[in-house]
Amino acid sequence: MRRVAVIGAGMTLFRRRMLETGRELSYEASKMALDAAGMTFKDVESVVLGTAPDMFDGVHMKGEYLLEGAGGLGKPNSRVYVGGGTGVFTPIGGWWHVASGLFDSCLVVAEEKMSPLHPHPQYAFWSIFDHTTERPLGVTLLWIFALEMRRYMHVHNVTEEDIALVAVKNKMNALDHPCAQIAAKITVDDVMKSEKMVWPVKRLDVSPPSDGAAAAVLVSEEVARKYTDDPVWIDGVGWNVDSQYWTNRELCYPAYLESAAKMAYKMAKIENPRKQLDFAEVYDPFDYKELHHMEGLLLCGKGEAAKLTRDGVTQRNGEFPINPSGGLLGVGNPIAAAGMMKVCELFWQLRGEAGKRQVQNAERAVTNGWGDLMQVGTVLTMKR
Amino acid sequence: MSSKIAKYEGTEITPEDLRRERYLMTTYHTSLSYAWSSGVATGKYLAGLKEGEIWGRRCNGCERTLVPPRMYCEQCFRATSSWVRLEDRGKVVTYSVSYVNSDASRRDQPIIVAVIEIAGGSPMMGILHLLGEVAPEKVRVSMEVEAVWKSQQDREGAITDIVYFRPRRKE
Repeated sequence: MRRVAVIGAGMTLFRRRMLETGRELSYEASKMALDAAGMTFKDVESVVLGTAPDMFDGVHMKGEYLLEGAGGLGKPNSRVYVGGGTGVFTPIGGWWHVASGLFDSCLVVAEEKMSPLHPHPQYAFWSIFDHTTERPLGVTLLWIFALEMRRYMHVHNVTEEDIALVAVKNKMNALDHPCAQIAAKITVDDVMKSEKMVWPVKRLDVSPPSDGAAAAVLVSEEVARKYTDDPVWIDGVGWNVDSQYWTNRELCYPAYLESAAKMAYKMAKIENPRKQLDFAEVYDPFDYKELHHMEGLLLCGKGEAAKLTRDGVTQRNGEFPINPSGGLLGVGNPIAAAGMMKVCELFWQLRGEAGKRQVQNAERAVTNGWGDLMQVGTVLTMKR
Repeated sequence: MSSKIAKYEGTEITPEDLRRERYLMTTYHTSLSYAWSSGVATGKYLAGLKEGEIWGRRCNGCERTLVPPRMYCEQCFRATSSWVRLEDRGKVVTYSVSYVNSDASRRDQPIIVAVIEIAGGSPMMGILHLLGEVAPEKVRVSMEVEAVWKSQQDREGAITDIVYFRPRRKE
């Protein structure tokens, strides 16, 4: 396998509703990534596109629909899709295009436009549940997260206040992100008093629906040397999917994420992730998911993430920063683009371009995506 | 974002813009009907529910009893072996209280949603269902619950033949 470098990244603003179409958003993010890399459309040999449910847009075959905006016309182009895990799976797809030797360059683009579906994009997820044994019960997607959160709280004796600290931290971190949708200075009390959605999930425990796009340019080592003295390397990738029979699983721990992380760490020769990595962008569509994913990524023991959060370890200036970008809870959650935003954040942090969000002396980091029926883990590690 | 990039593209449409119709929007309504096959395993499961019974499938490879039942074992990747009648009661594995409908609109009354490990199945073999006859604050993980069935003539071979599970009453 060949080494794969990231040499440019770009993203749009994340907002609840944007004037730009998905194609236009894809174009803006792609163009920014190419400009940052010093490349043009002609220099790109292949394209991998990530976008989540077609139902959001009400457009069938969204991969083809977005093609022109994502720089894919006339090139080997493919779409990958694993629900919320898509954003991190998209650069994994780009990685295998280049690592295999098949291509010397790959533009990876992730887009999501959730605003078209009315009254609320939440409704699109109704069809993720089993049509015969679950949907007749009046399901909504929030149920599975609330059930998972409650199980996690029960097994590890974690409180709602412990979990709220994550929302407080991430929304605060996002104040330094110019693309952020819902950055804010809030308190644990604000989270606790926010509207109950599906208890224990409250309004401020959840990331918002968003429109947005993010992109990056992946190249072989030889090409990277031509364009930059400062490439960032993707040195590990992993992915894994658990059973669709989610009611048969122990929800307090994401075992599939551990499997995906171990695959990536083995490739990157990481034996002690907490020691060898400098920070992490973990997938945080809900605040409890940050804790869940810290454990699944083996950044701490089972049930220990809440204590690390309380102790300030995960603050941007803490010993092991988690989500210095502000995460999905602060920057926003255009599904596939949100995961890709995290990959861009790793790139910008490791290049020392993160401005006010900069984590000092960051040389290695991990990010993950998560989704489907709480069952997919996608993991990517990067180093300077 | 990178400190090297000065401007990020994107034009926000605010709720106010939407109300005042400042931008062109096209609205489209669609209606689709589906007729889903129950499948072999779920078909038998539903036939059992119509009789007021919960059935699982036994795998002779891993010796687990699976519910919801399937004709193959996903861990052993072999055919499951036999049908096993389970109890119509179990334990709460986890629960939550839903204040919203499928479309994220508010419910008039919250409902309690739970994963219930069915007695007679293997550990952690749960199904999704509702809890009733109990206040949300009284529900506990590991609480014993029992099925409340629709009357025989109202049962139609559906998961909703069980109205909900309620705290188990002493025998």
